[in-house]
Amino acid sequence: MPVSQEILDEVALSRAEYDLIVERLGREPTPVELGMFGSLWSEHCGYKHSKLLLKMFPSTSPRSLIGVGQENAGAVDIGDGLAVVMKMESHNHPSAIEPYEGAATGVGGIVRDIFTMGARPIALMNSLRFGPLSDAHNRYLFNGVVAGIAGYGNCLGIPDVGGEIYFDQVYSQNPLVNALCLGLIESKWLTSARASGQGNLLMLVGADTGRDGLHGASGLASRTFEEQKELRSAVQVGNPFLEKLLIEACLELVQHDWIVGLQDLGAAGLTSASVESAARGGSGMDIDVLKVPRREQGMTPYEVMLSESQERMLVIVKKGCENKVKTLFERWDLRCDIIGQVTADGLARVREGDVVVAEIPVKLLSDPPLYRLPASKPAWLRGAQSLDLATLPDLAPTQAGPALLRLLGSPNIASKQHVYRQYDHQVQNNTVVAPGSDAAVLRIKGTAKAISLTTDGNGRYCYLDPYAGGAIAVAEAARNLACSGAQPLAITDCLNFGNPEKPDVYYQLKECIRGMAHACRVLGVPVISGNVSLYNETRGQAVYPTPVVGMLGLMEDVTKHCTAAFQRAGDLVYLLGTCDGVGLAGSEYLALEQGLVKGRPTIDLALEKRVQRTCLAAIRQGLLHSAHDCSDGGLAVAVAESAVIGGLGFKGRLPMEGRLDSALFGELQSRIVVSLAPENLPQLEKIASKHKVPLTKLGTVEGKHFAIAGCLDLPLDEVGEAWRGGLERALGG
Amino acid sequence: MKYGVLVFPGTWSDGDCHYALSSVLGRDVAYIWHKDVDLSGYDCLILPGGFSYGDYLRPGAIARFSPVMAEVERFAANGGLVFGICNGFQILCEAGLLPGALLRNSHLQYRCQWVNLRVENANTPFTSRSRKGQVLRIPISHYEGCYFADADTLAELEANNQVVFRYCTPEGEVTEQTNPNGALRNIAGIINKRGNVLGMMPHPERACEPLLGGSDGNLLWPV
Repeated sequence: MPVSQEILDEVALSRAEYDLIVERLGREPTPVELGMFGSLWSEHCGYKHSKLLLKMFPSTSPRSLIGVGQENAGAVDIGDGLAVVMKMESHNHPSAIEPYEGAATGVGGIVRDIFTMGARPIALMNSLRFGPLSDAHNRYLFNGVVAGIAGYGNCLGIPDVGGEIYFDQVYSQNPLVNALCLGLIESKWLTSARASGQGNLLMLVGADTGRDGLHGASGLASRTFEEQKELRSAVQVGNPFLEKLLIEACLELVQHDWIVGLQDLGAAGLTSASVESAARGGSGMDIDVLKVPRREQGMTPYEVMLSESQERMLVIVKKGCENKVKTLFERWDLRCDIIGQVTADGLARVREGDVVVAEIPVKLLSDPPLYRLPASKPAWLRGAQSLDLATLPDLAPTQAGPALLRLLGSPNIASKQHVYRQYDHQVQNNTVVAPGSDAAVLRIKGTAKAISLTTDGNGRYCYLDPYAGGAIAVAEAARNLACSGAQPLAITDCLNFGNPEKPDVYYQLKECIRGMAHACRVLGVPVISGNVSLYNETRGQAVYPTPVVGMLGLMEDVTKHCTAAFQRAGDLVYLLGTCDGVGLAGSEYLALEQGLVKGRPTIDLALEKRVQRTCLAAIRQGLLHSAHDCSDGGLAVAVAESAVIGGLGFKGRLPMEGRLDSALFGELQSRIVVSLAPENLPQLEKIASKHKVPLTKLGTVEGKHFAIAGCLDLPLDEVGEAWRGGLERALGG
Repeated sequence: MKYGVLVFPGTWSDGDCHYALSSVLGRDVAYIWHKDVDLSGYDCLILPGGFSYGDYLRPGAIARFSPVMAEVERFAANGGLVFGICNGFQILCEAGLLPGALLRNSHLQYRCQWVNLRVENANTPFTSRSRKGQVLRIPISHYEGCYFADADTLAELEANNQVVFRYCTPEGEVTEQTNPNGALRNIAGIINKRGNVLGMMPHPERACEPLLGGSDGNLLWPV
């Protein structure tokens, strides 16, 4: 009997995929088997539309220990016997339906990916996108997401040290919630998520299993949906206290020799945890759902296998060690049950007591079809890329001040302190540079080192030129790390796009990845882990192509870190980088002040590399008092931010050969604003000259005004008020 | 002076307290699991910050029934020093070892930021290395830091010099703007009548090194 379309829709499989399953199995799948295929072959778990493209990323480097796809997260060696484990993941669709729990469980899920490898989670970051705050529904989503991140993260005692938040109409029905987690581990304790060794036991630890989140991340993420209300039950509910206990217990566990592997349960719950770990181990598994502790009555095997109840871990225990493992977990008041064992037959077998309800080759489940779709440059792109400056009136000097204040106070640029003061950013006593600068800096206890962390992505640039936008995302992240004094080491990424079955979107996906990959190679930074979130669109309206780059950097000497804030009156302010070009394409100024999203952003990666090298060398030699990346809002905004954060005024002039709006707010790439003591200038000039990087004097740190000759002179307090109060004003505060 | 840092399920400042005391200050410190009931040999017990038992019901409401707490009460009754920080302060109030309660921040949000504290009473074992009126810079990080007590209790606290810290400006002025959570009378920390049990919302263990933003917290560990 042919399976109905309704059932196929429920498991989000196409008829062609169903036929493929029948062909490979040699029979029709049972309902439980169909559910397992549906979740493992979903876009979220199977990466059907992206895996082939992701191969473009460079994924290894001399320091990389664990690469993309091998384990739950990537790992890099930072010396001193230590490794950093890192991953970023999206929880977009659940957050659109239930923002608090969607964001909270997004944090919970990414943290589990880190401690499942035996690493202590030491930092969180979040990259968020919402529709404009003038809309009540967007305020509801924003407040819910921020509260959810705070509620879950603060309870865990992991500092949230930064991130980014942007607002644009395109994200109105499709908010983006990308959560990043970083962990630290002695390399020798790195634990695999591999189920191997016939007869070894599968133990389930943590929360009991309920019906929450059925077809959650896997089903929600595999299609667009018009009616969101009835999907609320598909959003998981989190218990951060339970997760905290799991963290402590698991970190204790990995230091013994009792287990073969550790795997967290995330999207597609027990199905993906057991199948993926079996696939990694080249083995099979046999699970009895009756042994899984439940929190609801009458659950079917289908529900048990696909539940996305949070805070559960799968432990692959060496036969004979199960009592030791159980005792350890019980000390932490954690439930622990043997639910099955590892087999040698390569089959994923699910039984309900004596009745076998599913029996599928593991390889088949973990090997979904991969698609390469037609990509075609969208017809509208050429028009979007053409920006006719002749028809765009320039700013008059008298308009410069008010325009600057409006930009500084706009939600995309304004200070995000309202948000990050709701996150504990200090716990664990490692935070040297807290949120508010270009990158967070965390010292590594027991060494002289520190790591730096940032997230960056600009959907508008990628919309206007996916290839350049992708490259710029990577470049900007590395630039932010350079501004903090760190050498970029590795990337974890979150690719947020619309429906890839549309050639326009597939083009965007392909070109963004191509651009990112190119920048990765030029800058020498591998992608060690990541996540893809597709189908971010509602009623045909997709989000901007929004690849988000999370980047880790390393500095050998923590005392040589740098922040964005001016430090001392009398310091000179210089610009590293070029002023050649207009830079208005896709700029915040163009969007906010002119209502236009047009033009073609560009980047010279060779110049970018030299600018970053210059900045890093200068910081390492102790020459700089501040370094701040020029991004949204351009040069005037960057200098203003350095002044306001430092509480010190600025007096000077910006290079102004062409248009005033371009000079002030143009977003040319590869530029850094630095401040330094006058006696250090000759040495900085030497380094810039050596790297062939233009160096332009902007002015001096002085007084209590922010003054740019020929166009504006504002009290620093007024500039500060605009920037500090912007977000709260937009929230209606 | 031997310090014991209590660890409840959900506590997370234990590591930071241990780090400040041991790695930074070189003191003798050990962890005490909440199910252990042997507190002999300790001179000062620290109840650190965190979300013990997930802050379920009320922060500290469940921890106060943990096996070790009966021993903490005995220890305090015998004059031992007890130092409650953030969640630790909340647990001590729930256990009745300190008067009053910590309510939800008046703005209903979590708040993590550096604050200035004025030392109101330098005659305690915890403030013996500070001066009365001295301003210390120490961070807060909490949802429920709004200290509350009824009028009679407040009057008694003030009369007995039991208010040890108040939120203030960098110059030491106690103002409404410097109150980060709505606490009555800007109260950030109090001590019991006997003078051996102190509770404070700010985290001295986080102000342990200039690299992290300041080291004023180091002054407060009893010696």
